Amino acid sequence: MTSGGRGRPGDRGTGRSVDRNTGRSVDRNTERSVDRNTGRSVDRNTGWWERPAPFAVAMVMLVAMFASSAEVRDRVYAASRVETQLLYIPDGEVLGRMALSFDALLADVYWIRALQHYGGTKRSEGPDKNYELLGPLLDIATTLDPRFNAAYRFGAIFLTEGYPNGPGRPDLAIALLQKGIEEMPDKWEYYMDIGFIYYWWLQDYDTSAAWFEQAADVPGASPWLRSLAANTLAAGGSRQSSRTLWQQIYDTADHDWLRDESARRLTQLQALDDIDQLISAAQRFIDQSGRPPRSWAELIDAELLSAVPVDPTGRPYVMDFNSNTINVSSDSALFPLPGETLAPP
Amino acid sequence: MAVISQIALHVFKESVRDKVLYNLVLFAVLLISASYLIGQLTAGQEVKIIKDLGLGATQMFGLLIAVFIGIGLVSKEVERRSIYSLLAKPVRRHELILGKYAGLVLTLAVNILVMAAAMYAVLGYMSWVESEEYRQSWEAPATDPALLLAIFLIFAQLMLVTAIALFFSTFSSPILSAVLTFGLFAIGHFNTDLRNFENVVDSRAAAYLARALYYLLPNLEPFDVSAAVVHGQPVSLGYVVLTTGYAAAYIGALLLAACFIFSRRDFK
Repeated sequence: MTSGGRGRPGDRGTGRSVDRNTGRSVDRNTERSVDRNTGRSVDRNTGWWERPAPFAVAMVMLVAMFASSAEVRDRVYAASRVETQLLYIPDGEVLGRMALSFDALLADVYWIRALQHYGGTKRSEGPDKNYELLGPLLDIATTLDPRFNAAYRFGAIFLTEGYPNGPGRPDLAIALLQKGIEEMPDKWEYYMDIGFIYYWWLQDYDTSAAWFEQAADVPGASPWLRSLAANTLAAGGSRQSSRTLWQQIYDTADHDWLRDESARRLTQLQALDDIDQLISAAQRFIDQSGRPPRSWAELIDAELLSAVPVDPTGRPYVMDFNSNTINVSSDSALFPLPGETLAPP
Repeated sequence: MAVISQIALHVFKESVRDKVLYNLVLFAVLLISASYLIGQLTAGQEVKIIKDLGLGATQMFGLLIAVFIGIGLVSKEVERRSIYSLLAKPVRRHELILGKYAGLVLTLAVNILVMAAAMYAVLGYMSWVESEEYRQSWEAPATDPALLLAIFLIFAQLMLVTAIALFFSTFSSPILSAVLTFGLFAIGHFNTDLRNFENVVDSRAAAYLARALYYLLPNLEPFDVSAAVVHGQPVSLGYVVLTTGYAAAYIGALLLAACFIFSRRDFK
């Protein structure tokens, strides 16, 4: 507006006024004034930052500066950053009260935090992978939203995964699924998942079969659960029954992630079959030469193998000459194979 | 009635002209749209999270609109001294209160409609791009009409909050009105505890007092059926009707009290 000026009565509505100090006619809308003597249009109080081009250039420069400084800081000082692993409010009940009517939304936030914690730790390259927040995060998410199906089912899978790919806590996974059963006793999938944990991770086939039976008793459960329970009792732990189990999960998976995970397990079982054949070849070498092989080349030279054996993901199998064992490479997507998980540090 | 409609329309137009209102709507629409991106992170829970976020954002932005505009409906007129010219016109005081309330409710209704439309658009897109097999795994269809029940009850709750804000606005300053309204909103979500107070105290007097407060203070928890709707749980029509009836009666009481207080206020 006009500084120190007052518009004449006749100017009202035209958007013009006369500056009392300078005597210039001023356009209030465009902040430009017209010099009475020269008749030229003059900018009034217009800084360079008000003009589009200098403004845009300055903005681009400043954005580039702070973005590049952030990038440099993150690269140079990445090691010195202290990651905080902290649950400010560890009690889901308290959080639920504080969330008022936004508890379901807060459950989603905690679920995403759990995913990020699990995924971020799994992908980290540090020596000490720490999954200790995973259990509490899942517990909070399921307390805030007691019907959060994915948090129970996927959460249990994350918790059971052996170190270094997960915390290796089947006990927490079972507790989480039992919490889900308390909330939704009609969810036969939770009983099946517990049976599965006993089967795959704890190798307790009697308990596993009992949980599969309980799952089969739930109205609406899949018909194959009854035969799965019988098969588990009869041939629990055999590779063929494991393959049948994973194949059922693959066929009935309703999420891509679960389907991919069961496909990975089936591939691991295939790798175990491969390793059995490689052990057999190594044994034949021992029978022929009276000593263990020292490299794949010796088995190839002895015409027991045609080439360096690779696992289904294309990574070469590794022979440990000290322990005379054959395994997938530690950088293979199939590592560690079932029953060969490492102990957390 | 014509006067009330005129005032309501004026309040609505004023709200629409208000840039803060536009920003809130825009932000809500952006948030709901952005929720699609967040959903990509979440291992098969996109639809649940988009619904949670959409309903949560609808409630949050509606609450901000209801409180921050509601508290100024009357007190702003008093502060600006425009109340004198208003009352000099053939407008009765209760018509002013009811008109102001109706205007803000209309504003809220339009806002909620925009937010609901944005949410359904995002969910409809999600449903459209996913395979039939994947859609079968969802607890409820993406564009579940039952979401409208949750949105309707959010709207009923916001109408109640607006009535609370307007009630305080008739005799209190805007800041105090905001504090009191947010306070009652928070208490309204803890109210059910008062009903069960007699189970944890021995004193019968305290138990009676708690029970009286339970009936007196607004109980907002029943308006939240979002979790049930998102998980595909049924919400009975009787429940919705009873909850809406509760809101209507409570709003009626608040507006009556607001009209009574305002009619006795001396502006000299």
